[in-house]
Amino acid sequence: MIIRGRVWLFGDNIDTDLILPGKYLILTDPNELAKHAFENIIEGFYSKISKGDIIVAGKNFGCGSSREHAPIALKYAGIGAIVAKSFSRIFFRNAINIGLPVVPSKEARDLLREGELITINLEDGYIEEENGRRIAIEKYPEFLLEILKDGGLIENLKRKLGRLNHGKNL
Amino acid sequence: MVISMGMTISEKILAKASGRKYVTPGEYVVGKIDLAMIHDLTGPLTLNVLKQVGYEKPWNSDKIVIIFDHQVPANSTITAELQKQLRKYAKKYGIKLHDVGRQGICHQILAEEYVKPGMLVVGADSHTCTLGALGAFATGIGSTDMAAVILTGELWFRVPESIRFELKGDLKLGVSAKDVILYIIGMVGADGALYCAVEFSGDGIRKMSIDSRLTICNMAVEMGAKTGIVDPDEKTMEYCGTGEIIESDKDAEYYKEFEINLNEIIPQVALPHSVDNVKPVSEVEGIEVDQVFIGSCTNGRLEDLEAAAEILKGRKVWKDTRLIIIPASPRVYMEAERRGYIRTFIEAGAVVCNPNCGPCLGGHMGILADDEVCVSTSNRNFVGRMGSPKSKVYLVSPQTAAATAVEGKLVDPRRYMGDMK
Repeated sequence: MIIRGRVWLFGDNIDTDLILPGKYLILTDPNELAKHAFENIIEGFYSKISKGDIIVAGKNFGCGSSREHAPIALKYAGIGAIVAKSFSRIFFRNAINIGLPVVPSKEARDLLREGELITINLEDGYIEEENGRRIAIEKYPEFLLEILKDGGLIENLKRKLGRLNHGKNL
Repeated sequence: MVISMGMTISEKILAKASGRKYVTPGEYVVGKIDLAMIHDLTGPLTLNVLKQVGYEKPWNSDKIVIIFDHQVPANSTITAELQKQLRKYAKKYGIKLHDVGRQGICHQILAEEYVKPGMLVVGADSHTCTLGALGAFATGIGSTDMAAVILTGELWFRVPESIRFELKGDLKLGVSAKDVILYIIGMVGADGALYCAVEFSGDGIRKMSIDSRLTICNMAVEMGAKTGIVDPDEKTMEYCGTGEIIESDKDAEYYKEFEINLNEIIPQVALPHSVDNVKPVSEVEGIEVDQVFIGSCTNGRLEDLEAAAEILKGRKVWKDTRLIIIPASPRVYMEAERRGYIRTFIEAGAVVCNPNCGPCLGGHMGILADDEVCVSTSNRNFVGRMGSPKSKVYLVSPQTAAATAVEGKLVDPRRYMGDMK
């Protein structure tokens, strides 16, 4: 899986209330959620980003609530991947489950610059800058990469449950 | 060769649930789920996922609970529609539903009626870690993970490293479990236990009530933990009735260990806008307060209301301050009523709302306006958490909250305890 986009730098402990305020949890349409991503800290974030842009943050990204609305809002706003020094565990799982690549990297935040174009290669495990410099990243366990390649757990489950002929169709 | 290695309670429960003799941290396992919970905000998203997958029949209706707690009774046509969907799904598959009248904060209802020691519990809410206080392995997951659980009864887990906090000694008068967990989070930071299971042991936790243990485990997620957990004991068994006692081995391995002397802790406050921005209340007394909230999955239990009632009895809420008190469940509400606490609160000038999450997450009942200050017994003080991004939230114990409501400014509750009066 290869992701290419421009860098948006963020700090430490970016919480789910910043990513998506609680009052929007009653929304279930991903495109509506997207409009409110980061609205309390970056005015017009939704209209400022381009499809494929990459968030590069400090430690503990996505801390706080289990709201899947938060990664959904970022994905549908057009974010292609999130690189961070570390992730809160529920956010990490949720992002993978909806097919939004989350990439732990201790170095990236300190090496990358705002607005630069980077390429992330998940299979081979690196982030490449425009000047060709590479930052190594840890590879995913195979089953997680499979979920991401399927575009998320939904497609992954469909494949698996389809084989098992589970339950009954809606 | 068989190597006999000690395991923590978390490792043992995950091993049992995944059909293994033992597991080690960092390993990935697939665990069979004993109990799964969704609520009125994460439930609809879960149903959406089921719809997209194309299957909706639960693997076992008896192991799923739906609890309305975030915006209940419905406060808009949107929430009314979402709750209607969940009602329909619950009815179709015979899933237990805590609807209006039996509603309450999901983690409290789970503690009172469903969770038993030794269980593997998942909830579509980050504070599901609360239930580890009962000797279960309980953790929060998102809506897509929950859809997978509902369909298959299983979920993958990375076996977490365990961090042990040994609590020693006794709490001073005016200091509560909330002060202990705020103190610990202030010490290790908001990512101090990232991905780890946080285990609380020692005579300090043994002496604490189940209510206190639930408060402590509740905030494990605020230091990034996967769960907070306590070995079950007689108190746990008395509270839960049944369950399997699984305990950490004496030679279990811990990633980190800390010793906390409870008698050194004084009332704590987490200042805006982060849960690890913790100071003793005595250092920041005097901040003027518009609203005080006593409730939430952290501090909406009987013991918390009792602590508040002791301070509010015969006193009045400050004229320019609003006090909102929300019991966590119908059981807590009824017992508080029977003991006269509810009357005490209303006479003091507080409003008492029906069991629900209240203003904690800025969705219902007590949302803050620009520049307002709220002193709250809940668990998060992020920017905009309780309403306006310009408002400020200070996290404290029920004792500190009650004393603050009386004075209209942040105050150390020890001033209301015997010798400090």
